[in-house]
Amino acid sequence: MLRDEDRIFQNLYNDSGADIESAKLRNDWNGTKEILEKGREWIINEVKSSELRGRGGAGFPTGLKWSFAPKEVGSRPHYLVINADESEPGTCKDRDILRFEPHKLIEGCLIASYAVNAHKCYIYIRGEYFNEGQKLQTAIDEAYKNNLIGKNALNSGWDLDIYIHYGAGAYICGEETALLESLEGKKGQPRLKPPFPALIGLYGCPTIINNVETVAAVPTILRRGAKWFSSLGRPKNTGTKIYCISGNVNNPCNVEEEMGVPLKELIETHAGGVVGGWENLKAVIPGGSSMPMLPKEICDNMKMDFDACVENKTGLGTAGIVVINNDQDIIKCMARIARFYKHESCGQCTPCREGSGWMWRMLERMAAGEATPDEVDMLFDVTKQIEGHTICAFGEGSSWPVQGLIRHFKDEILERNKFDPVVKKNKNIPYLVDQHLLEKENA
Amino acid sequence: MSVKKIHKEQPETFKFNDKSMEAANKIVSNYPDGKQQSAVMALLYIAQRQNDNWIPLQAMKYIAKFLDMPYIKVYEVATFYSMYNLSPVGKFFFQICTTTPCMLRGAYDLVKVCKNKISEKENVLSEDGKISWMEVECLGACVNAPMMQVNKDYYEDLNDKKLEEIIETIYQNKIPTPGSYSGRINAEPVNNRKTLLGNKNA
Repeated sequence: MLRDEDRIFQNLYNDSGADIESAKLRNDWNGTKEILEKGREWIINEVKSSELRGRGGAGFPTGLKWSFAPKEVGSRPHYLVINADESEPGTCKDRDILRFEPHKLIEGCLIASYAVNAHKCYIYIRGEYFNEGQKLQTAIDEAYKNNLIGKNALNSGWDLDIYIHYGAGAYICGEETALLESLEGKKGQPRLKPPFPALIGLYGCPTIINNVETVAAVPTILRRGAKWFSSLGRPKNTGTKIYCISGNVNNPCNVEEEMGVPLKELIETHAGGVVGGWENLKAVIPGGSSMPMLPKEICDNMKMDFDACVENKTGLGTAGIVVINNDQDIIKCMARIARFYKHESCGQCTPCREGSGWMWRMLERMAAGEATPDEVDMLFDVTKQIEGHTICAFGEGSSWPVQGLIRHFKDEILERNKFDPVVKKNKNIPYLVDQHLLEKENA
Repeated sequence: MSVKKIHKEQPETFKFNDKSMEAANKIVSNYPDGKQQSAVMALLYIAQRQNDNWIPLQAMKYIAKFLDMPYIKVYEVATFYSMYNLSPVGKFFFQICTTTPCMLRGAYDLVKVCKNKISEKENVLSEDGKISWMEVECLGACVNAPMMQVNKDYYEDLNDKKLEEIIETIYQNKIPTPGSYSGRINAEPVNNRKTLLGNKNA
């Protein structure tokens, strides 16, 4: 188990309060000015050598992303946008950072905006997190008052303004270009990439978009050094991560652990075990609903980091672990996830708009045992028609979990769905057989 | 599904009151000059708050003029996002999360209670006109499942009995306390906390 002093988010359960005094006791805002004085190059290189990967789902190296921002500010200003539109089913880590560790996020915003030359930072919070947003606003006001941000922040000569922008209940706005569209006051429909936001983003200006957890981790990394961070986990999968363990466990919880912690240890130690014991485990969704589920055999020895998940044909995603035990109907669970995607598809690309509805309806019928056996392959084919044929990654996000279900639980679907159309059984009913076939037979 | 049906009886005019106007001007100043369209989402919220939690068509027209943008663009935004109500909802608007993590822990029991205690159908007001309910997608509090949102507040770790109590409290003209209903603090594991114990006992 990770040592307590190595945990970045010391106030994850709000033991000591989120205000600035308590935050300073937890070492926030300690030596931030000195960090800024070391310069852009140093900050970006330090983040690069810490091998921090984005915590929002895709796992893109953060230092590399920052280095994509133009080195000099041209005619267009740069922007920093923080993605706090956390809507992935199974994930609720950013909520606790916004509520209880807002100063880590604000400090991270200052460092990140300095590194990418931005004077304005927008934090896009999902509309449902209204209270969390208010808490963050209180913290921002505190930071302004103490000259931690604003004009000439910390007397470092750097100006930074932070604004909160509330979303309004669209999952797709967690996709970075859809988020930008939404920030510009339009429907949240993703843009084609390239051009990437680092060059043409918000209002057509260079924009760096990071997840809340990524940015909030940066100040601690810079304070304690990239070496400390990269000593945790394993190469390319370094550091710590907040895992959200929900579903059929005895004590669902958020917990910060080292990257690469065994899945079984997470569930047994922190979440109090699966309801009905480990033997009662049916499947685990390891990284939020977009990631394919894994059956118990794989979960037994599974490690939780980016590369280990990819080896098992799934992904770490946001590390929202949803545990499903044998008391549940696995097909029904998947059908409900498919309904979520049907509801949240933005409707821009046809394969996703139509396909997500198909998948939902087929899965509902499969859950009820009304499908024919060959429809399982048809469903798999539908997922393949969506995957890779859409503008954004929503297509993959909606089809991968269905593929995961078919990959691991095909037998169970087939066992339940034995419906055979009447044509096959009674081949010789004349009006059900094509006439030309009859003629051939007679010929 | 959200309340995306345009209400039949629309008010004839809509105008921001002083409080809304002040808030709206402040929001617009958050964005660069000429990019005031960015404020449309926030302004729709302000209109919704002013108008008993739903947005009439006149408000969209008003906001379009306010931000100097085409009316249809405001209409697009208002119909795209699910948190804008285009028809009246109850003063207490119950939104039950039924996505898989909540479903696994019994969210459909909560739906059953709503059907019995509030109204048989979604988005229909209860008999005294105070409450309406609907199923929504993931609200992002999965470790506190099953949960629901009432207006701004989250009610977490519910079960059918606790939800019945909450509804009864509202019928008695009291406001139930938001937060977890299993007695736990935030997202920590109940009785099983193994981390950051030094902070807890400090």
